[in-house]
Amino acid sequence: MNPALRLRDPAAAPRLLLTVCVIVLLWPGFSLTEFDPASLFEERSRATIVKFVGTFFPLETSREFLGLVLKSTFETLAIATAGMAFAILIGWPLALVVTRSLSISRIGPGPGRVAGHSVRVPARFALMFFRSIPEVVWALLFVRAVGLGPAAGVLAIGVTYGGMLGKVYSEILESNDTRPVTALLETGGGRIAAFCYGMWPVALPELVSYSVYRWECAVRASVIMGFVGAGGLGQQMELSMRMLNGGEVSTILLTFLLLVVMADAVSALLRKVTS
Amino acid sequence: MRAAHWGVIAGLIAAVWASFAYLALDLVQLLSPEAQVQMWKYVVSFFPPDVSADYLRRVGQGTLETIAISAVGTALAAVLGLLLALPAAGRFGAVPRAIARLVLNFLRSIPELVWAALMVIAAGLGPFAGTLALAWHTTGVTGRLFAETLENTPSEPASALRLAGSPASLAFLYGTMPNVVPQLIAYTLYRWEINIRMAAILGVVGAGGLGQMLYFSLSLFQQPQAMTVIIAMLILVVIVDGASAWLRKRLAG
Amino acid sequence: MSLSFRKVSLEYANGVRAVHRIDCEIRAGERVAIIGPSGAGKTSLLRMLATALRPSSGTISVLDTNPWRLDRGRLRRLRSRIGMVHQAPPLPPRQRVVTAVLAGRLGQWPAWKSLASLLYPLDILGAERMLERMEIADKLFQRCDQLSGGQLQRVGVARVLYQRPDLILTDEPVSAVDPALSDRVIGELNREAIERGVTLVASLHAVDLALHRFPRIIGLRAGEIQFDLPPVRVSDGMLADLYASESRTVPTQDNQPLETLPAGVRRRNMFP
Repeated sequence: MNPALRLRDPAAAPRLLLTVCVIVLLWPGFSLTEFDPASLFEERSRATIVKFVGTFFPLETSREFLGLVLKSTFETLAIATAGMAFAILIGWPLALVVTRSLSISRIGPGPGRVAGHSVRVPARFALMFFRSIPEVVWALLFVRAVGLGPAAGVLAIGVTYGGMLGKVYSEILESNDTRPVTALLETGGGRIAAFCYGMWPVALPELVSYSVYRWECAVRASVIMGFVGAGGLGQQMELSMRMLNGGEVSTILLTFLLLVVMADAVSALLRKVTS
Repeated sequence: MRAAHWGVIAGLIAAVWASFAYLALDLVQLLSPEAQVQMWKYVVSFFPPDVSADYLRRVGQGTLETIAISAVGTALAAVLGLLLALPAAGRFGAVPRAIARLVLNFLRSIPELVWAALMVIAAGLGPFAGTLALAWHTTGVTGRLFAETLENTPSEPASALRLAGSPASLAFLYGTMPNVVPQLIAYTLYRWEINIRMAAILGVVGAGGLGQMLYFSLSLFQQPQAMTVIIAMLILVVIVDGASAWLRKRLAG
Repeated sequence: MSLSFRKVSLEYANGVRAVHRIDCEIRAGERVAIIGPSGAGKTSLLRMLATALRPSSGTISVLDTNPWRLDRGRLRRLRSRIGMVHQAPPLPPRQRVVTAVLAGRLGQWPAWKSLASLLYPLDILGAERMLERMEIADKLFQRCDQLSGGQLQRVGVARVLYQRPDLILTDEPVSAVDPALSDRVIGELNREAIERGVTLVASLHAVDLALHRFPRIIGLRAGEIQFDLPPVRVSDGMLADLYASESRTVPTQDNQPLETLPAGVRRRNMFP
């Protein structure tokens, strides 16, 4: 046989197939997304872009605007903190309900099996429902329900993060050594007692650490939610953007960056202190 | 518990109380009977969701648009990210490295939603704005990760090739890229999964896809239609989660 | 002179003196083995010949040129005529053997050919022939991380053979290869040098391989040349002195003691 024929690259066919697949999948995407970079350079859009970008510098640093920004920053921090408080209020009980290792009905015979199950499943479903809907969507819904402003943000963070906290809390509780808890439950101790003496001491550091980390995320999320009307720095930025005031937008952006860095530092500090 | 712990707890409680006070949230009013009835009425107005064939088709179109936004945006970001990662990894000297890193940090510090609003101003309403927004932000993220990967990969294969007379660019392609490509692809796919969720949301500022449909239907007080879109979002998220978990298991096992 | 060192010294940034005022000349087409204990400076010497390192003082001439007077383009062309087999094969783990071997000609191919070869290897036959000489033709499409250390070293040699350089440098090319096979690999390198009339400079850990295969032996210790002789004139005493700091016995490929000869008896001359 012609040696050149014998020695064909075995990887050639799969590679070609993969390339064709990728192209076939991406190609319609370009038309679906109305991908048109040339449009950016058209007269009208070019003028808008240049005008808008031109206003980004210098930053808006008038005293009254800076005061407004400071107030909004405090508002964002307050939304995040209050929202997290809500989230713990929602997520904590649900986590306790959902945690299998605290379930008396699962240990041996006795009444309450069906009842236990019928409470756990909806609780699990509720948690999943809360965190699967994107936080921005929750914010939109709450804005429509309770009006523009921080209340919507607090509620939105409470619900979304409540779902997240609930799931992770129950995972933390279940991942630790369950023998002390089981022992307490088997000898007739109530769920609360089993929790306080069997689980709490071991799980606490992890719970705190995760909650502090989530608070830091909540600060960022509060700004994003504010963008759709839930108060704080985000709402301020949206207003400035609508007025095409680039100077104000860049000031707020800078503040946002500083805020995120600060929240990161505070969260790291808290986690170190409480571990 | 140590005194420090008690101090921290006290501080946290104070912070929470201060937050509520600052926001002057009238919780009493929020939970009053009238408010509860209002809220209940609002919730009920979402059901049943609109499942007419015509609207379902539109939602389907919106879902495809969302997926396309995420795919094209992520693909663009992979290419741009790699291009920026080369100087950011120091391949062209110290000054380009600093500049590239600055650009990448700038791109990724601005949240996707803010990028989307900016792109709507620049490119107009619609999915193109969403695609660009995802592309810019994700370029910052992937570019930085690619740069770190490049910096941590051994340079011996490429330098040996250069010692044998190969031009620098080809030495990079033959000597460094084979080590780095698997990680690049894995991270790009991971980012795509995240971006599908993002693409669904970006529309609320007018950047196309399911988000834009949601925003319009809520603005027009068409709650049943909004419910359909929300359900579509949920289904999309669940399918993507499931598919990626399945894929991960297949690749690992 | 094809290669020459004139009072060449090399000092590393941390003050370690690798090579001290070496004078040496190698004609085109010669086959030279460099032996000596670890840290003697063998690798540094080879890397200077490969133009990877610049001497701290003195002049070096490679293929009748002073590489450090050349501009970038000419230096690159000079380097494409030098093939170095590294001690630790610099092969990317996920690259396939065929691509790794073909990379040897990146300095000679036009850009389009190099790029195209990434997508589909353009000279599979050529790569296979080199691998056959190293007795690993069956690994042609395997990934480098699926090979053993000794097999990787042989791929490294195959790459340099594919490059067809005018100067072959090898730095302990068979340290991980088993004794029978290593003799064959050294034999192939010698055959390549003889057939194409190119220069071969090999640093070897195993003294028996050096003595059996090369017509000129340079003994290096602590950065200085101890002797520069044909193998028949290398005595056991010289070898013992050379390796005294490292071990009591002279290293060989199969770890068996070097055949010692009674005083006065000459070594067998293996060359025509």
